[in-house]
This record gives sequence, C-alpha cells and structure tokens, in this order.
Amino acid sequence: MDLTIDRKTQPDSRPIRSIDLMEPENLKLTNGFQVHLLNLGTQDLVKIELVCEAGLAYQSKTLISSFTNKMLAEGTKSFSAYEIAETFDRYGAYYSSNIDKDFASVALYCLTKYLDQVLPVFAEIICEPLFPENELQVLANKSKQEFIINLKKVKSLAQLYFPPLIFGNRHPYGQMTDVDDFNKVTHDDLRTFYQNFYLKSDSKLFISGKLDKKIIKKLNHTFSQFNIKLNANAIMPDFSFNANTEKYKQIKVKDALQSAIWVGKKLFNKFHPDFIGMQVLNTALGGYFGSRLMTNIREDKGFTYGIGSSIVSQKYDGYLAIQTEVGTKHTEATLTEIYKEIKILQTKLIGTEELELIKNFITGQLIRSMDGPFAVHEKLKAVILYNFDMQYYQRYIDEVSTISPETLNRLANEHLQKSSLAELIVGK
Amino acid sequence: MIKFDKFSLDNGLRVIVHQDSSTPIVAINIIYDVGSRDENPDKTGFAHLFEHLMFGGSVNIPKYDEPLQNVGGENNAFTNNDITNYYLTLPKQNIEIAFWLESDRMLDLAFSKKSLDVQRNVVSEEFRQNYLNQPYGDAWLMLKPLAYKVHPYRWPTIGKEISHIENAEMEDVRAFYKKYYNPNNAVLVVGGDVDLENIKHLAEKWFAPIPGGESFVRNLPKEPIQTKERKLKVERDVPTNVIHKAYHMSGRLDLDYYSSDLLSDILSNGDSSRLYQKLVKDQKLFIEINAFLTGDFDEGLFVIIGKIANGINVKVAEDAIINELEIICKEAIDEDELNKVKIKAESSLIFSEVNILNKTMNLAYFEILGDANLINLEIEKYKIISVDQIQKMANTIFREENCSTLYYLSKQE
Repeated sequence: MDLTIDRKTQPDSRPIRSIDLMEPENLKLTNGFQVHLLNLGTQDLVKIELVCEAGLAYQSKTLISSFTNKMLAEGTKSFSAYEIAETFDRYGAYYSSNIDKDFASVALYCLTKYLDQVLPVFAEIICEPLFPENELQVLANKSKQEFIINLKKVKSLAQLYFPPLIFGNRHPYGQMTDVDDFNKVTHDDLRTFYQNFYLKSDSKLFISGKLDKKIIKKLNHTFSQFNIKLNANAIMPDFSFNANTEKYKQIKVKDALQSAIWVGKKLFNKFHPDFIGMQVLNTALGGYFGSRLMTNIREDKGFTYGIGSSIVSQKYDGYLAIQTEVGTKHTEATLTEIYKEIKILQTKLIGTEELELIKNFITGQLIRSMDGPFAVHEKLKAVILYNFDMQYYQRYIDEVSTISPETLNRLANEHLQKSSLAELIVGK
Repeated sequence: MIKFDKFSLDNGLRVIVHQDSSTPIVAINIIYDVGSRDENPDKTGFAHLFEHLMFGGSVNIPKYDEPLQNVGGENNAFTNNDITNYYLTLPKQNIEIAFWLESDRMLDLAFSKKSLDVQRNVVSEEFRQNYLNQPYGDAWLMLKPLAYKVHPYRWPTIGKEISHIENAEMEDVRAFYKKYYNPNNAVLVVGGDVDLENIKHLAEKWFAPIPGGESFVRNLPKEPIQTKERKLKVERDVPTNVIHKAYHMSGRLDLDYYSSDLLSDILSNGDSSRLYQKLVKDQKLFIEINAFLTGDFDEGLFVIIGKIANGINVKVAEDAIINELEIICKEAIDEDELNKVKIKAESSLIFSEVNILNKTMNLAYFEILGDANLINLEIEKYKIISVDQIQKMANTIFREENCSTLYYLSKQE
C-alpha cells in the first residue's frame, strides 16, 4: 500500500456543465385536470399534489387563503374530519397542505399498494370540501394561540413585518395578519374563496414516484365521480401598488438576547433578464456557507449562529432579503458589516477563483436538489408553474457558467444601492 | 429493504456501500461514536462545540468547505446525546474529493486558536438563539436534569450553560480528538451510483494510512430507578401554559423500544390518534399535544408535551392526559388500532428511504447501534408486537413514580 499519498493536493474534479431534468409525461384527465407524471424512484411510493393559484395574494382579507387550504381535509360531503384522518393513518399515508404567496396545494404521499384505498378520500377533499363550523373554530383558536406565541420570537416578528415594509401593506404580497383577524374568518369566506380560486382551468396535478401503469385509469375513474367544471380564474389581484416609501422599521423587544436583522428590497422575479445574474451575486453575498456575509459575520467575528441572503421569485414580483439573528450588543456592528460587504461588491470586481467556486457551487446545488423522486417533483413544479420549458435549468446553468465579474459588478450597482434597501430591526 | 456491502480496514474503520443508480449524486456519511453523554459534567456542550471545530481546517487542508463547494458539494453535521454525524453530498463524478477531505480531518486537525475563539462565540450565539431567546426554548434545559439525576443525559447536547462553552480550552479539544476521532470509532457510509471495487480502492487509499486509536470502554453511570414522582413549576413571560411529562423507558436496542414506539403512535401519531382526537378536537383542552420517544441509545424518555388552550385550568388539562394514559393501561386496545400504527411505522421507514442521503444516514446510524442490517429488521420487530405487549408496556411506563412533570406557565402580570 502506498503510504505517501499527496494530501496537500486536491484530487482531480470535473465541473458540471449540463443537467438533465427528467421530462414528465403531460396529459389531461377526462374532467380537464392537467396532469404531470414523473415515474422515478426506488421505493414503492407515490406523491400526488394538486396545485391551484390560490395563494395568500388572492385573499380579500387575511387568513382566508390559508384557512381554506388547511380546512379542505376537515370534512367533506361523505367523510368527517375524523374519517379522513383515520383513512390516511390506517394506510400509512401522509397528507399535507401548503401555501405560499401565489399557490395553494394539497399533497398525498402514500405506499403505492394502498393508493386505491386513499385516493377516493383525497379526491373528495379536493372536489367536495364542506368547511364545517366546528372545525373552523378549532383551527381559529389554535392558530391564534400559536400566532401569539410567535409574537414572542424576534425571527417571527421579522417575518411578519418584512413583507409590508418592502411591498407596502396594500400590495397583495405585503398583507399582514393581526391578532384580531383570527376570529373574523367565516365559513362563507372559505366557501367563496374555494369557489373562486380552486379547481380552475390552471389547476394542476403533479404525480411522482414509482408509478403503477394503471395510474391514469385510476385517476380518471376516481375524479369522474365528481361533477366539476373547470373555469378560468376570473379574479386577479392588483399587483401595481408601489413599494412602501418607508425604509426603516424598528420593533423593540425588552429582554431580547438577540436582535433579528432583515435588510432587503422589492426586486423582480424569474422572468427578469437580470434574475439569474442576481442569483449568482446573491450567492457571493450571502447565499452559501462560504459567502462573504457568513465568512465575515459568523466565521471571523462570531456575532451570529448564521446569516444568509436570498432572492425570492414570486409569480408576479420578487424580493431580496438578508436575514440574521445576532447578539444584541452586535446589532450596529452587524449592519455596518452588511453594508460594507455590499459596498465591496459595488467597487471591486469579484476574483476569478471565488467566482469559479460560486459557479460550481450553484450548479452542484441544482444537481443535489434532485435527490429522489419527490425532490425532482419540486424542481418540475418550479418550471411548469412559471410556464417555462424543460430546458430552463440547462439555460440557467449556461448563464451561470458564463457570467463575468463585470456583469456582477453592474448588477451590484444597479440593484443593491444602499438608498434602495429597507432595514428592519427586531430586538435591541 | 436496503442492500449494502460492508468491509473493514485494518485500522478498524468500518465502511458500508449502498448502490443506487437512480440518483446523480453521491452521499457520504461519517458517524463518530461520541456524543454529549461522553462529556465531563463540568464541561458540557463540548461534543457539539467540537463538531464546529471539525470545520476549522485539518492538517493538510486549511479550509474544509471551500474545496467541497468548489466541486458542487455541500455538507453539514449534527451532534446528539450519543453520536456526532457528518454528512455531505456531491455530484458523483467528484467523489474522491470527499475521501480526501474526510480522511484528512480524521488524520489530524489544524487546532487553530482563531477557530476555537470564533466557534466559542458562534456556539454561544446558537445557545442564545435556540434555547434562551425563544419562548419555551429552555424547557429541555430544565426537563433533562429533572428526569435524570446521575446519567449524563441529564444535560442537553448544547450544554448546561453558556459558560461551559465559553471556558473550553485548546487542551480539552486536543484530548477529545485523540480519544474519540479515530477510525476504529467511526463508520463511513457511501451511497449512490457507485462501484464497490472503486470505493474499496478509495477507502484503502485515503483512510487506511490513518493509525487506529486506543480503544476505550464507555463506562457511564446507570440512572437509578425513579421511585417518586418529580414536579417542577416555572413561570416565564410566555403566552401559553405548556405541560411536559417525561417517563423513563428502555434504550434503543431493547425490544421494549418497539412496543413503546407503537404506544406513542397510538397516543399521538396522526390526526386520528387518541390524544389529538380527544383532547384537542373533542374536549378542546389543548391546542397541540404530542407523545414521542427521545430514542436515545441508553435508557431514554417517553415524553408527552401539551400546549394548553387559553382559559383551561392546568390541573384539568393534566388530569385529562392522565385519564387517557389510565385508559390505555386498563383497556386492551383493538387489534385494528394496533394494525393501523404498525402500517404507519412501516410507511414511515419506507418514506425515510426515499433519498440517498437519508439512506446512508440510516445505515450509519444502525451500524453504530450494532449492525447496519438492523435497519432491514425494523419492520419485523414492529409487526410481532401484540395487543398484550402494548398494554404491558403502558403499565410499565405510565406510573406516577416514573414521571417527571415540568409545568411551564405563563407569568401572571
């Protein structure tokens, strides 16, 4: 055995310059549902998810979108909330409901061998929910009490106040929930929201896992039991409100040991020509463990357990957010360092070595985010819900791979001017 | 069923290889057989602090993260009472980089003073962020020493107090590394679209030259049997009263673990479970209630935590929990209800095998427990549990004198 291997020199490696996103099979059910099928994986499992454009942006008052989403499984025409839960538990299935600013979804995860037993219940949740009063009261009380607990966390307070600070509270993405809102949601609110925004012609079913050949037949059979008509979504919220002109907010929390600091701005979404470039720039700033903010504020100064920044694309807008929680005595110094790092990106070209690392990190991250059928399912959703084609990720890699230090410098000057950034401090 | 191959190097490192051609990435997991239970009672939180120092550079490689990120990889680690686990994923073509990095920090660390200074601060901030600056964040800091009087599970992995972390010295770091971070005290698992012969070659090349360390006998004090119920009441600036009940139970390898786990599922796994249906939905005494096992290697805890609904008396809420536990002690459960939680246990295991990183982690965990193949025997161990065993286990665990209760109450202004 060779005991004298060279441990100082890194073994050979190859960069990733191409990516294959598995093509889904796209078809329509007889009732009109668009279906995207992904047959992948080693375990006998299946995930079925319905995604509707029924996110938080579409509600006329707070909590309606999320309560509608959560209440779908709390009672349907033929099953009580208990019977639904009992069926899923009995067959080892998991049910989840999810909501973000744009989309609401419900997902069923189950062992392939039990799909026949649970699919009819899942389909009824989607097609014939009742939103019973009693269950609504349980949900409202529980959510309100959880909300009040969260008001004791600096991070949760920051999450609550940041969207209205950067979008303005009249923008569909800037709405803010208040403690008093929880008792104002009615059965009729949910019923109406469901009728307006669920089961529209743009609703989509994503299905992934080790799929049975008969899956489409099963879906058609199950969904044909319901009398659904898929109409176009007729109500669009108004996204034209301008961002808040206020750029600073402080919320004092007595006895806080750490301050939550959020710095950011309304930006743009995936359709903007600078979006991918900004992802690269953001990665350098705070998008990975070796980022400049993390290296400076955690690994050099030890002010925090973690700091990060992200650029989030929503369907009709987008934003940048730098987030951290730091010991209260470091609040001022952390802000100074954040702006210092941004200034450096604006005044000094990023070095070749660092840029190469970032490019490799981003492409690697994309590959790594495709581990397993349900992970690929998420990647596919991100493309289809934005009406991109399957080449999206390849173009993404191509653009990341070829971006220059000069372009990043231009982006830093155009989009990260200090005067455009809003600052939110929760704590001391 | 997870298939794998297993071999050992002369220095004692155990290597497990799992092939899965369906994924473009490889996952590599190294688990060290050391956790916070191995700490000195005056220097708690050390195993976890040490985990941070493993990223501060090794003898030949000044920075761990950079080369990995540079080839599209990413990594993380966690520490618990029993183990310290390091894992990374990267595109399969760059697998050798992982062997290079992991073998170097098993060979020797850089022991930089700067890294120790900074990580003491970082971990202190982690302590503040997750345990002190959160409502209920310090509950486990109180519940553990209430339930354990002798065994090192009496302190949490983060440590008893921040000062223990602030006072950590370089000589402690060196001694800890020398004792525990040896090939014979570790398991390496590689998963993905890999070739067994190639992994054997890489393991020999990078890990075989690392000398084995002295073996040691873990001699932890056994927790004496609790003979009297324990109660602790604290008042804090929190909006909701929370009750924690912790009962002593078996260790992870004991067959009793499986009946205890099913018992916890009957009580609280899923929306159809007993505590959720009766105490949250019907009686509306709680807004949330959970029963779970700590899952520790040595004798662990069966824990019930309930957030009490506003306006409900704490005693009434607690009595309702005790009433449910009495029912399950006195009345045998239905065969049907037992089957339900068995299927759920099977399903949860299969779902945990859906991606390559989880599979490698699971294999490493079971190998440290005794044998990687234990993972493939899990479902059988659940299947053979009978209705009688569940009832017997309930009567063994849910005794008043076996219980430590923490009342975490809202301070009345």
